[in-house]
Amino acid sequence: MIFDVNIDGADYRLQLVREKAGWKCRLNGREVALDAVLTRANVLSIVIGGTAYEVKREATPLDLHFWVGSARYAAEVRDPRSLRSRRQAAGAGDGIKKLVAPMPGKVVRLLVQEKAAVQAGEGVLVIEAMKMQNELKSPKKGVVQKILAAPGAAVNAGDVLAIVE
Amino acid sequence: MFKKILIANRGEIAVRVMRACRELGIPSVAVYSEVDRASLHVRHADEAYFIGPAAATESYLNMEKILEVARRSGADAIHPGYGFLSENPRFARACQEQGVKFIGPTAEAMELLGSKTRARQAMERAGVPLVPGSSRGLEFAEAVGVAKEVGYPIMLKAAAGGGGKGMRLVRAGEELRSAFDAARSEAERAFGDGEIYIEKLIENPRHIEMQVLADEHGHTLWLGERECSVQRRHQKVLEESPSPVVDAEMRRRMGEAAVKVAEAGGYTNAGTVEFLVDANKNFYFLEVNTRLQVEHPVTEMVTGLDLVHLQIRIAAGEPLPFHQQEVQLRGHAMECRIYAEDPDNNFFPSPGKITLLLIPGGPGIRRDSGMYEGWSVPLEYDPLLAKLIGYGSDRRQTIMRLRRALHEYFVGGIKTNISLFRRILKNPEFMAGKLDTGFLDRLLASPETDPVKSEHPDIAAIAAGVFALLEQATATRNGSAGARTQPAKNGASGWKQAGRAESLQ
Repeated sequence: MIFDVNIDGADYRLQLVREKAGWKCRLNGREVALDAVLTRANVLSIVIGGTAYEVKREATPLDLHFWVGSARYAAEVRDPRSLRSRRQAAGAGDGIKKLVAPMPGKVVRLLVQEKAAVQAGEGVLVIEAMKMQNELKSPKKGVVQKILAAPGAAVNAGDVLAIVE
Repeated sequence: MFKKILIANRGEIAVRVMRACRELGIPSVAVYSEVDRASLHVRHADEAYFIGPAAATESYLNMEKILEVARRSGADAIHPGYGFLSENPRFARACQEQGVKFIGPTAEAMELLGSKTRARQAMERAGVPLVPGSSRGLEFAEAVGVAKEVGYPIMLKAAAGGGGKGMRLVRAGEELRSAFDAARSEAERAFGDGEIYIEKLIENPRHIEMQVLADEHGHTLWLGERECSVQRRHQKVLEESPSPVVDAEMRRRMGEAAVKVAEAGGYTNAGTVEFLVDANKNFYFLEVNTRLQVEHPVTEMVTGLDLVHLQIRIAAGEPLPFHQQEVQLRGHAMECRIYAEDPDNNFFPSPGKITLLLIPGGPGIRRDSGMYEGWSVPLEYDPLLAKLIGYGSDRRQTIMRLRRALHEYFVGGIKTNISLFRRILKNPEFMAGKLDTGFLDRLLASPETDPVKSEHPDIAAIAAGVFALLEQATATRNGSAGARTQPAKNGASGWKQAGRAESLQ
């Protein structure tokens, strides 16, 4: 499998194959003697050349991070062969973007209506959590196809609140 | 001994009290609000009763509902924990009227020691050193005179107060009028009582408190001090025992003063007498906390005593099972309060689901926790998740152990202040024991000198791929994706094999 991985803004090309005896791994063209074992969900033990690392995966509805020891890295993983990720990677114009609640809260008000055209960064709705109000902004220029929450509705983290196309 | 104890609280302290109940063979009763049904304290309890919506006023602060549960369950004692109803004299009285033992002091002791001015008056009578100031509420005209006599800078404080409300710092006479009016009206709004008194401001004091324990037969003991100067906005963050600046002689003097305070208030059960300590090691009575405190574990570690066991036994009428001279402090203990807060975003609360929890263990490590992996931290309450306590033979070893434990500790899915403790525990002033209540604010205002190094982005990249591949493999096994990847056969190149399989997707 080939993956395009972005770690803290830097791109890596990773070739990875799982074999009976372990892994075949090439990072940016360089072969890596990788020994990786999933010890439990979201915790990987990696040993390379005798050096051991404990890597924790932290995935929220909004983002993905990996912790190597106590250091945290923001990550984006794309499988370049998959149709969906090619569409997503194609840039601001393409693809459906979902507006997702970042934390549990309550929808306070809608700033636009369905079928409204929005700019990238324009506020779509306001949610309130922990007594603070958060404006959720459209990630791209497009049209608000659907708004899935009404003012007063309680939402959970990860709930899709609006779809912009 | 009690037949059944109701714990009128939640989170880590409810778990801690329930553990003591189980150790003593006493069934425990939990109460829970709408958002706490899946919480750890309900899992630890022998019985559990729903008491209402998430809002504390409708659940954990609702005396009628809690006493109703006591009736239904047949609990003959209630442990109030800390916060909530633990220092509410009306609740203590209501328990008594219902024939349920309130595990704590009497309502009268709470009322006397809970009023800051009445407590000061009692201290004056008992000859306990006080922060210079007034021991009764003042009108503005009197305040002018007292302030001049005490000497600026001064603190205006609310007699009914707490939590920093109704307090104003006044540096010079010109500011007094407006500060006085502001403090008074804030106190009125917050406590329904606008009584204001004055204390001299002690600059950069240390906050050192003394644990006291009194049975219901007239025996009162002190159990050693805790240094609680590491605070942010008047909230304690890290506590330790013993204090790095208190020697045996000062400890004895502070202990005896604390015992005088407790006796002057007719205090029974566990309580804490807070002192401010100036740069010359003079200590001044500040206030009494008429409850078990969050940071009680550090006293437990250095004395070897179980304070909750003792609370229960005292409330059941037993005399204290040891004398003052048998109280020994041994080793050093430190507690880190782990909060669901984002240290990179002004400590904004961070509720949400804990997706991964790796807990520390090993020598000298104790964890009092209310969280577990998969639990969703509710929004509605204080975001204290757990207390990480380190114990060692001396302060240095304790710090090393805590640092090591923090390295093992991982909470994924929400933000916590764990990184703050890494910073505190390697700070040179902290390591030298040079603390005062301004320490943490100063540390946070200064740039981070030694951040965690991001030295392995390549490992993160590899791990990202491994996780993604394993996830796909699982999806494939569960029948939700296309071609499988086969392990290499007959010496064929694994790359070729994989390439063929992928091109079929």
